[in-house]
This record gives sequence, C-alpha cells and structure tokens, in this order.
Amino acid sequence: MKKSVLAIIITALFALPVFGADTIRIGVAGPHSGDLASYGIPSANAVEIVVDDINAKGGINGRKIEIIKMDDVCKPEQATNVAQKLVSEKVVAVVGHICSGATRTALSTYRDAKIITISPSATKTDLTTSMAYPNFYRTIGSDQLQAELMADFAVNKLKLKTFAVIHDKGDYGKDVAEFARAYLEKHGGRVKLFEGITPGAVDYSAIIQRINREKVDVVIYGGYHPEGSKIVSGMRKKGMKTIFISDDGLKDDTFIKVAGRYAEGVYATGPTDTTKLKLAQEAIAKHKSRFGSDPGAFYLNAYSAIMALTNAISKAGSTDYDAVGKALKTQWVETPLGKISFDAKGDAKGIGFSVFVVKNGRYAQVK
Amino acid sequence: MEYFLELFFSGLTRGSIYALLALGYTMVYGIIALINFAHGEIYMIGAFTALIAASILALLGISGLSLLVLAGAIAVVYASSYGYTVEKIAYKPLRNAPRLSPLISAIGMSIFLQNYVLLAQTSDFVSFPQLIPDFEFMENYRSFMQPSDLVIISTTVVMMVLLTIFIKFTKIGKAMRATSQDKTMAMLSGVNVDRVISVTFITGSALAAVGGVLISSHVGQINFYIGFIAGLKAFTAAVLGGIGSIPGAVLGALILGCTESFAAGYISSDYEDVFAFGLLVLILIFRPSGLLGRKPSEKV
Repeated sequence: MKKSVLAIIITALFALPVFGADTIRIGVAGPHSGDLASYGIPSANAVEIVVDDINAKGGINGRKIEIIKMDDVCKPEQATNVAQKLVSEKVVAVVGHICSGATRTALSTYRDAKIITISPSATKTDLTTSMAYPNFYRTIGSDQLQAELMADFAVNKLKLKTFAVIHDKGDYGKDVAEFARAYLEKHGGRVKLFEGITPGAVDYSAIIQRINREKVDVVIYGGYHPEGSKIVSGMRKKGMKTIFISDDGLKDDTFIKVAGRYAEGVYATGPTDTTKLKLAQEAIAKHKSRFGSDPGAFYLNAYSAIMALTNAISKAGSTDYDAVGKALKTQWVETPLGKISFDAKGDAKGIGFSVFVVKNGRYAQVK
Repeated sequence: MEYFLELFFSGLTRGSIYALLALGYTMVYGIIALINFAHGEIYMIGAFTALIAASILALLGISGLSLLVLAGAIAVVYASSYGYTVEKIAYKPLRNAPRLSPLISAIGMSIFLQNYVLLAQTSDFVSFPQLIPDFEFMENYRSFMQPSDLVIISTTVVMMVLLTIFIKFTKIGKAMRATSQDKTMAMLSGVNVDRVISVTFITGSALAAVGGVLISSHVGQINFYIGFIAGLKAFTAAVLGGIGSIPGAVLGALILGCTESFAAGYISSDYEDVFAFGLLVLILIFRPSGLLGRKPSEKV
C-alpha cells in the first residue's frame, strides 16, 4: 500500500516538467518588493500584458509563452540565486534585471547557460562595452550617454562653471558620476567636490554643508531617489538655491511625491519621452485598464524589451540561442520607444535620452 | 569658524538621535545583559505612528507645536506598548535559556517587525510632514543651525534630565539600579524583577520613539528600513561609551555623531563610516569596556 503511494508520488514528480514542455518560458527578474519595487513592478506588468496578448492570439509559432517572475530586491546576492533558479526552470530568455549591480552578478550565470537577457533599465556602461556578456541586450541607453548629457546640459545649455559631483557609491551612481566628471573636466567645468555618500544614513547634513561651503553652481548627483530627495530637501531647507541635476534614478514620480515642493526645479535625465507614439499610448492604456494605475518608470522599456524578444523568437522560428541573438541584431521592430534594433554590443539602436525638469509637481521634458 | 560650528551642531543633532536610541540598548543590557536588536525597529514604528497620528490630527485642525507634541505623545505610547509586547513575547520565555537564544530571538523580532511594517504600510519611502515648526528668532543663527537642530538637541537634553531624575529618585528607578547590580539579590530582597524589566523596555522604547519622530521630521521621509542603520549606529555608540552605562551611552553617541560629521565635513563623506568605526576599534583596543564602562568584576 505504502509502496504504491510512493510510486504515484514519484511518477507525479517526474510528470511535472512535461506539462510545461511545449511552452516558451521567459523569466522576469527585478525588485518586486523592497524600497526599489517601484522600478521592478511596472516591468513585470509590461511583460504580463504583452505575453497575454500574444498567448490570446495563439502564441508564437503555436507555442504559448509562460512567464516566471522572480524577485531580486535589487540586491546582487539575491540576483545570483534568482539567476540560478531561472536557469533551472529552463527559461529561454530573461527580461531583467532592473538594477545594474544585480544585473551584473546575474549575467555570468545566464551567459554560461546561454540565456538571452534583455534589461529595460540596467544602464551601467561596461555591461555592453566590455563585451564580456554576448547574451546581454538592453532597451535603454548607457550611463555614459546619460552622464555626458547631464554634463553637457549643465555646461552648454545652463552655462554653469563650478560643480559638485556626488554619488551613492553604488555601481550605477558612481558610474554616472565618474563619466560626468570626466566629461566636465574635458569641457571646461570645474569639479570642486567629488564625493560618495552612504545610502541609508540618518541624515546628510554634513555633505550639504560641504556643498554649501564650496559655493558651487550645481550639484550633479548619481544615484537613486531615496538619497537624492533627502539631499535636495536638506539643501532647500537650508535656503540653498544650488541647481540640482540627476540621472534617471531620480526621474521617478516617487521622488516628487517624497520631496514635495522641494522637488521643484530639479533636473533629471531620462529616456526620451515617446508617449506621443501610438504604440506607447496603447501600451499605457492597457496598463491603466488592467492594473488601474499609471505605469511607472521603465514600463515602456520593458514593454519594448519583451516585444523585441518575442519578435526575434518568432522571426528566428525557434528558441535557439544563436538564432534569436541574430534576429535581435538584424530585425527592426516597432515598439513604444520607436523603431529599434540592437548593435553588436547589445545596446539598442534608436533610443535616446532627454533632460527633464520638475514643474508643478510633474516631470516635463526640457526643449 | 562658522563652518566648524555648522558641522559641530549637525554632529550634535545626529549624536542626540543616537543617544536617544543608545539609551535603550544600554539600559536593557544593564538589566538583563541582552542586546535588543529589535530596538531600531521600535524607533521606526515610533516614526510611522507619528506620521499616521499627525495626518489624522492635521485633519482635525491641529497645527504647529501642539501637533508635534500630540503626535509625538501618541508615538511614544504606541511604541512603548510595542517595546513591552516584544519583551513579553520574544525575551521573557527565554529568560533562563542560554545567552545566545534571546539574541537570536532579538534578531528574529527585528526582521519580523520590519516586514510587518513593510506589509502593513508600504515599501516605498513616504514623505514625513515637517512637524518641527520654524522659529522666527532663529534668523540670525540660520547660517550654522536650523530650528530642527535646536529642537532635537534641547529635547534630548530634557529627556536626559527626566531619565536621570527617574532613575535616581523614584522607587522603581532604585529597583532598576538594584536589579542591574545583582538580579538574584534584588529578587530576594523583594524587588519585582519582571516589572523592572518591563519598565526598562517601556522607557527605552519611549526614548527611541521620541528620537524617531524628531529625526523623521528633520529629514522629511521615512520607510520601513530606517531603524536598521540607526540602530546599528546607536548600538555602536552604546558600546563606545561602555554598554550598560547610561552617561556612557550619551557620551558615546555625541562623540560618534561629531566624529561622523567632522570626518564628512573636513575629509570626505566617503570616509564617514570609516572614521566612526575606526574610532570604535581604537577605543575598544585601549579601553575594552568602553569609555565609561566598568570592568566586569569576577564573581566569586
């Protein structure tokens, strides 16, 4: 009696993977909880929407797509676990991860398992330029592009002379800060202060006083919004009118919500606003009707990533690693970000950055 | 000179917050030799309670200084009840267990409370209203000191004085001192040790809640994770001053706050933590029991 029960259990266990065998498995990894969840959840939503649309039309070449969601909380150590889990789940591709640090630690696992990875948001420059990860693609511009835009905007548009460049010591923030400093020094800006802060510290008054003492025209900040908003509010409460320019880590509505009136006049770079495109408006409308809310940052990037990926799979006619990779690099696809394809390094062609400014509690693109 | 004063006052402000928290660590350690790792979360819960209370009170039309006091008072009561409950649930059943068990229990409690607030509230940072009002008379001193600095530092001083009176001159204070000297002896001479321990947790939690409300209003935002780093720093301050010693905790906290502030201001904020913890290592090498700590005497 007992033996037969055991036999049934064992048979059932072996039978499990068979159910999913003819689906195409796609992993979605990013922070779905924790303080950066506002970056990860919209991306997972985007993938869900696109995949459900495709499945409703019968899938790709008759195969349905199955999504496997994994939460890495933007923590590198968690990302490794997530990557291994996704590899063991036999996914053919991954949309994610979100934060650059987490993406980098996960990438080698995917590379060794020959899994294509498309990030909607990991901007760290050397992820593509180092050529270490041939499996990596992204639907967002690199930090270098972004940092140079920030610096160029400050030097040439706003005609500012002296700079404080602050970062959060993280992979992403420091990368942006270093590229900005290099560009500024080449183009006649004077960097009087280049420093890192500790994320999560009780307060940032010391660095604020330092900025105040150096009497700089502008603060360039590389990092995310929790620290950014603390520094901006601290500066404004002290009566400092120093211009504040930051990256797309700050170009998030949460920043405006938390910093409130102190956010007014803050500049941030981010992916060029393509919300006037028809595909983008459709994508946003779908999010509204399905989740009842406006999509957050990187939603359109994730939407484009999954569109490019599914397009490549269907054009390649298989889920073979080399064939899909080739399709990603050769096929152009209409997405909410415009018409995109990928270059040899994995960076998206046809994607750009713009400068935004907070005006009346909203980010508006600077013309 | 002005820059020095500016850094000094922001160091004192930060140190005051550490002190309010460090007292909880040091008092609990003094009484039951336990490091209450869930203490930072009590500070965070205090801040969240004040946020909710302040939003409701503001709807009722209360504003200005009375809003700060009322919201603060509600936070103190609520956080104290949390401190009391944590002790009853997580530490009391383990009172006679090996010393490692309550320590693990404390870490578990800390993680539990963080996730509890995460689920009950939100994972995002939320903006905290500026409860500390702006004072007109501060205009002349604005260059090196802000109204919130003044309020934080003076509230801390008041709290210290009240705590000293409480411990020196009340009956329960006397019982606390007796328990901290020798728990068994105190029990034998008729002190209700369980009650003393509860009071210790309540007092510590109340101070932590005050700290949480003040710093959140100063910085303007909170999330579920703020207690972790603040707790770690306050614990460091308590060890620096000599864990178990009340004046030691305050001294350690102020020294730690000023060290961080000066290191960030004069050298680089990259080295803020390096200097803070470097100082701790130095002091522990030369005075293993901390600045004002007593050497534990061998019990014969």
